Amino acid sequence: MRFARELRRRHAISEVTAASNTVTGLLETRNLSKRFGRVHALSGVDISVHAGSVLALLGDNGAGKSTLVKIISGVHRPDDGEVLIDGAPVSISTPRQASDAGIETVYQDLALCDNLTVVQNLFLGRERRRERTLLGRMFLDRRSMEREAARAFESLGTTMPSLDSQVSNLSGGQRQAVAIARAVVWRRRVVLFDEPTAALGVEQTGNVHKLIRRLRDQGVGIIMISHNMADVFAVADRLTVLRRGRKIADMDPRTCTPDDVVGKITGSEVAVESRQ
Amino acid sequence: MTDIRPSTATGKDLPGEARYAGFVSRLSQGELGFIPVLVALLVAFIVFHIANPYFLTPRNMSNLSLQVGVLGVMALGVSLVLFIGEIDLSAGSVSGVCAVVLVLLASIYSVPGPAAIAAAVLCGAAIGWIHGKCITVIGAPSFIVTLTGLLVWQGVQRMLVGNQIGQVLIDDPLVLSIASTFMPFWLSVALVAIITLSSFALCVPRWRQQSGAGRFDRFTLLGRAALFPAMSIIVVATLSNHMGVPVLLLVLVFLALILTVVTEHTPFGVHVFAVGGNQEAARRAGINVARTKVILFSVCSAFAAISGTIAVSRQYAVDSNTGGGNLVLDAIAAAVIGGTSLFGGRGRVLGALLGAIVIGSVANGLDLLGQSANVKSIITGLILLAAVSVDMIARKQRIRTGAAGA
Repeated sequence: MRFARELRRRHAISEVTAASNTVTGLLETRNLSKRFGRVHALSGVDISVHAGSVLALLGDNGAGKSTLVKIISGVHRPDDGEVLIDGAPVSISTPRQASDAGIETVYQDLALCDNLTVVQNLFLGRERRRERTLLGRMFLDRRSMEREAARAFESLGTTMPSLDSQVSNLSGGQRQAVAIARAVVWRRRVVLFDEPTAALGVEQTGNVHKLIRRLRDQGVGIIMISHNMADVFAVADRLTVLRRGRKIADMDPRTCTPDDVVGKITGSEVAVESRQ
Repeated sequence: MTDIRPSTATGKDLPGEARYAGFVSRLSQGELGFIPVLVALLVAFIVFHIANPYFLTPRNMSNLSLQVGVLGVMALGVSLVLFIGEIDLSAGSVSGVCAVVLVLLASIYSVPGPAAIAAAVLCGAAIGWIHGKCITVIGAPSFIVTLTGLLVWQGVQRMLVGNQIGQVLIDDPLVLSIASTFMPFWLSVALVAIITLSSFALCVPRWRQQSGAGRFDRFTLLGRAALFPAMSIIVVATLSNHMGVPVLLLVLVFLALILTVVTEHTPFGVHVFAVGGNQEAARRAGINVARTKVILFSVCSAFAAISGTIAVSRQYAVDSNTGGGNLVLDAIAAAVIGGTSLFGGRGRVLGALLGAIVIGSVANGLDLLGQSANVKSIITGLILLAAVSVDMIARKQRIRTGAAGA
């Protein structure tokens, strides 16, 4: 059932993109280039992700995936090229500017504080304060944060044992949910995932796929780095393959097989490459 | 200021007991809270009462509450830097050098009491700021920076006192009154009334929210709300049989209350524990880690200065040993006995105060039994080991229950 719905939805999206190639994506990069010394980590990469769709970023080690994500999340500055949101160039030179532009990064290590509660992690660095009085401005508004957190988890269709339990008491999948719920709480428009399922078991990987789909259904544009073909074919609407800092291919997971993709990543199947 | 947190859960299909992390389940998960330190306190009181019935008399309790002041205030400050996983070995020397500043200003330069105290506390804050800057800018470990501080400020203290031969007396009425004034009975009763009212008033919103969540929750809530009023009634009832509640005890509780509110009910407090728990995550969340550290080292040293002021008030003088000896190590031990983790990110301010009362009780009780300082040192050390052992066992329990779903 779900897969049929999934296929119809992807089909609809690809029709839209096919119909109007001029439609601008939610987030685009143009001609992004970055050198580290003499190494060209990225040369002239264009990617594009639409609202409510998932772009998988693939490539071997050193292909430039991480560099690309770090530029978009404000960790690195590009040597050349630009990042556009809604077709307009934005300046992203610090992680703070990236989050102000509506971009959230879910790091591989999740960047959670184990000793804090679920709610404290969701609102870390941007805690809500009571607003009634001047004195009240100094204090945390716990109840408002709890309500918002409960809403965020509900919209992701996930459950927490308790919002005031410490993150150290959560399972790996639940920790992913906390990191993803941050994007919901802050109403981010673009979410970058760095290897979201690398450390998870089969069932938890499935739960993370579900979370990513729920996030996508809320109209968020998602860029996901992954080595895992199961991830890619489970959730991605588009695939972009990088090799040695260059974009090699844009692919559609409905019309290619995992073998095609692996061929692109390693550069071994020249035949497949020439066919495109 | 009880730690009552809500039980909101998103799932409607979750079993009831999972929705509220109640007292018993927290205990079984290794969240011991103040239980170990309260047990230690109870055991100390019972043992010393049996050994010498004079221990629990109002007169001795009054004495104990005064003796705990210097160590208690210092332990409050030190617990703050322990929260971020750092350490401050210099608090004793800083309290000594600030005490000298206070006495010299008040006695030699005739600065009025309030201004002299303010100058001493500011001096402490400035010293802490220097320590914090050395740690964050140079990147030196806090252990080394504050060990340097211990040596340097001790030297400065001796130089300043050295010019005055031995010790410097103080006769400023305000400074002397801190440790020798007792509250009138009506004021103590009024304070108990305020504590009781505010403690229950703070529970009202939770009480309403908890409706329908089961009787056990409300029972826990009531128990927690009644804890502080009950404790204050016992304290006031006991001390009023001697000379009344010492103002010093009120100062101590007030300082602990301020730090509790800041660390547990403000955004800054969350940031402190975030820095202690995962510095990189805190940085990525936009928290200024360096600034947080510098502020905490400043506050820690300012509290050391307040501790030095109290020491002066109790001794009527300052000498080259003020703030010396085991004081800073006892303060760190007090925080750890009170449940603060040396690894950072865990602990509560009030625990440091309770830990200081444990150490103070042991010292007082062994004094009554005619034991030497050596025995005190050994017993305090063993209590510290016991406290850390309990914490490590609880930590294993936490990891075991926490890893269940991972």
